[in-house]
Amino acid sequence: MKLGKIKVKHYVNYAAIGALTLVMGIMTLAGNKFDNSTLFLMEKMSISIILAVSLSLVVGFLGELSLGHAGFMCVGAYLSGKVASLLEPTMGNGPLTLLIALLVGAGAAAACGIVIGIPALRLRGDYLAIVTLAFGEIVKSLFQNSSDETFGGSLGLSTPRYDKNYLFLYGFILVLITLFVVQNLMRSKHGRAITAIRDNEIAARATGTNVTKYKLLAFTLSAAFAGIAGVLYSYSNYTVQSMKFGYNYSIEILVMVVLGGMGNINGAIISAALITYLNTQLPTILTGDLAVLQNLLYAIILIVIVIYNNAPALKGFRDKYNFKALTRKLRKKEVDPAHVKDDEAKWDVVPTKIDMDEILSVDMTPQDPNITWKRGGDK
Amino acid sequence: MAEYILETKGLGISFGGLKAAQDVDIKIRKRQIYGLIGPNGAGKTTIFNLLTCVYKPTAGTFYLDGEEMKGLTPDKINRKGIARTFQNIRLFNNMTVIRNVMVGLQHRPEFKCSVIESLLRLPRHFKVEKAMRAKAKELLRIFDLEQDRNDLACNLPYGKQRKLEIARALATDPKLLLLDEPAAGMNPHETEDLAHTIRKIRDGFDLTILLIEHDMGFVSDLCDEITVLNFGTVLAQGDTKTALQDPEVIKAYIGG
Amino acid sequence: MTTAINGLSLGGIYAMIALGYTMVYGIAKMLNFAHGDVIMIGGYMIYVTMATGNPLLAIAVAVLSCVILGVTIEKVAYKPLRGASPLAVLITAIGISYLLQSLAQIIFGSAAKMVTVYELGSIQFLGATVQLSALVTLGVTVVVMAALTLFVKFTRVGRAMIAVSEDRGAAQLMGINVNGIITLTFAIGSALAALAGLFYLLKAPNVSSTMGAMPGIKAFTAAVIGGIGSIPGAMLGGILLGIVESVSYKFAAIAPYTDAIEFSILIIILLVRPNGFLGKKRREKV
Repeated sequence: MKLGKIKVKHYVNYAAIGALTLVMGIMTLAGNKFDNSTLFLMEKMSISIILAVSLSLVVGFLGELSLGHAGFMCVGAYLSGKVASLLEPTMGNGPLTLLIALLVGAGAAAACGIVIGIPALRLRGDYLAIVTLAFGEIVKSLFQNSSDETFGGSLGLSTPRYDKNYLFLYGFILVLITLFVVQNLMRSKHGRAITAIRDNEIAARATGTNVTKYKLLAFTLSAAFAGIAGVLYSYSNYTVQSMKFGYNYSIEILVMVVLGGMGNINGAIISAALITYLNTQLPTILTGDLAVLQNLLYAIILIVIVIYNNAPALKGFRDKYNFKALTRKLRKKEVDPAHVKDDEAKWDVVPTKIDMDEILSVDMTPQDPNITWKRGGDK
Repeated sequence: MAEYILETKGLGISFGGLKAAQDVDIKIRKRQIYGLIGPNGAGKTTIFNLLTCVYKPTAGTFYLDGEEMKGLTPDKINRKGIARTFQNIRLFNNMTVIRNVMVGLQHRPEFKCSVIESLLRLPRHFKVEKAMRAKAKELLRIFDLEQDRNDLACNLPYGKQRKLEIARALATDPKLLLLDEPAAGMNPHETEDLAHTIRKIRDGFDLTILLIEHDMGFVSDLCDEITVLNFGTVLAQGDTKTALQDPEVIKAYIGG
Repeated sequence: MTTAINGLSLGGIYAMIALGYTMVYGIAKMLNFAHGDVIMIGGYMIYVTMATGNPLLAIAVAVLSCVILGVTIEKVAYKPLRGASPLAVLITAIGISYLLQSLAQIIFGSAAKMVTVYELGSIQFLGATVQLSALVTLGVTVVVMAALTLFVKFTRVGRAMIAVSEDRGAAQLMGINVNGIITLTFAIGSALAALAGLFYLLKAPNVSSTMGAMPGIKAFTAAVIGGIGSIPGAMLGGILLGIVESVSYKFAAIAPYTDAIEFSILIIILLVRPNGFLGKKRREKV
């Protein structure tokens, strides 16, 4: 494929994370040992990025609010942890066990995604939010009250230890896989169908979009990746406790998505990394009763950003001072409308006018010889 | 090939006792431009919603090209060959103009490409995307929207939004196109042009068109046949000139 | 019998909260996630004012401050988003809920505070011990429900509320002050939340920053079960949920799963009957 301007832009995030993985991987193989807190931070960041990117699929692109993302993660963490500890005596704790754990975690979470996705098809936005919230609480409660032999009950499930020096690399690779799947999906006809549903469900149906299929697809994929994040979590923490996966955690993931800009994958990645870093650093600054200031900060971020981005009264201000408008001055290139590349958005170059006369003078026969208007398709 | 492209038989729907449409029989021949008129609240848009399966009829049924269509979902009916525009424009506002059209195109069988093929970026994905883009551009060219193809749909002026909605409907490859008040908000000059455009679309795309309109000049100029509705029932039907002169119709419009 | 009475009193609290949800949802068409946290603020206001030892003053202060809080939230956070996507409004409401919880925790600390408003005893009735607080809760809720129903049906302002709920644009054209009506709705909802906070304290004399969250979500469940937007529906749903909860607590085998059971009921109701028992069917105009 040609290396156009747009294509390069599409691969920047792979390149950045891929390069990071490669450099750190080589350093690790060369015998360099990162200290434990760095390793743990990188594991946490990859978990957060996977969670934020997958939630962004539902919240940013499908336009539905899910408040149970931590619930899907919980399912993935418990089931994979259980499978890994069952396999450990016979298979050891190598990459193969990790792979099986990943498949189990993703599969179980995806199954829950289907179960929750089915009401999603019938319910309006705010009801759906409540259903996902309820799902998260149900999952939490079920694992909390499980017997000690099955899932460890209220004490939590102990999971096998994995070689800490390598785990973060698997985390990075899983981030890359998540990006690959989510971005390729969104940059295809299927992604277009999902955003069409977000923009106008009735019109999407009327133009032949199978809304059921695409809603379920988005939900299930999103849940599956939350499950994968759960698997990483269980490997990273040695113990899985259902209390950790409550409503508050789901909100934290939502904050990452909102802070990154809804439907902006790179934004979600950056804000997930940033918030994870703050989560490890703030408790050292804000000790004791001050710790709650962190929640206050997230609450304020959520409110301010959403109002700023959505208030109808601020539209003029936003159009004037957004990222694109500010950087346009730097680029300062006048674009000839006839040569604009597809999908390179230009809001203000072409003068718009209403004129039906133009249509009348246009030749209806397609200029491209391969295209016909004949029903049943092009030859 | 059936004699009529669209045939409704005793079509009706009631919302909790209120009969919004009742015993509606419409027969439309291939390549006709057919008008559906009537005072406000007569049930015109309800008929459109029945024909696109947004509502399920409580009585009667309808056939497209001889095939019974009752009970399908709106997306299936679209793929069977009925496309529509909406009275209050419904575009995908936060998507570019060309993508709006591509959403219409992508459910055609010739642009089939599974989720797996797209995820793994197999050759078919690129082939289909390229073909769809070319076809979308051709459609936009006809409607003089090619220059605007990378604008967000919500940033288009009103008239262009209407045209884009028609282009998107045509992209789904319909046999029957339903236009809900296409001339609403247009001045007489624009309305006249729209009439020419609709004829042109009919000829160029080999279509049958059913439209709702309030502008009587527009209807009598354009439509071969009409059905006049009032309170959900058929008041008069047939050749446009004759039906419009029906005393019942005049009474319904002028009152009395 | 004791279980039934307990269920009714718990149901009364849920019904009281659900009434607030239903009013706001019916008229402002938004799910006010922060409603449960207004209850919590009401609880803290009672706790603070009880230092004077005057329960009536405490209740008055709580109701007044909740009304001011509710109206402020509406003006500052929700009003700018009128006309924006429902998703944005919902996320803002979640943000407000989070904000109130963390503010309360900063001001009052994370430990729960004890506060006794009234020492209400219990009476023997048909061989069962009945807490007087349960009877008070139930009685006041029924009175409030009846008053609200009458208010909405028979006053000018009430009818204006129905008009705004049916069609905001048309109501505006008829000369109804839509913003004023929505503000009033939030005021009423918040006052009900303060009362719910009082009943909560009568039942369990502890105030904490998270006390409103769970009851809030459960009361929303109640509002949905009864049919959101319907005043008697909120009452019905609240009572049903309260009874389910106390019956579930009664049996040791399922007691730990009480929350799960209630939420499962919610999901099933939404699947089978999304408009609840007494709700109106709503369809989008095409």
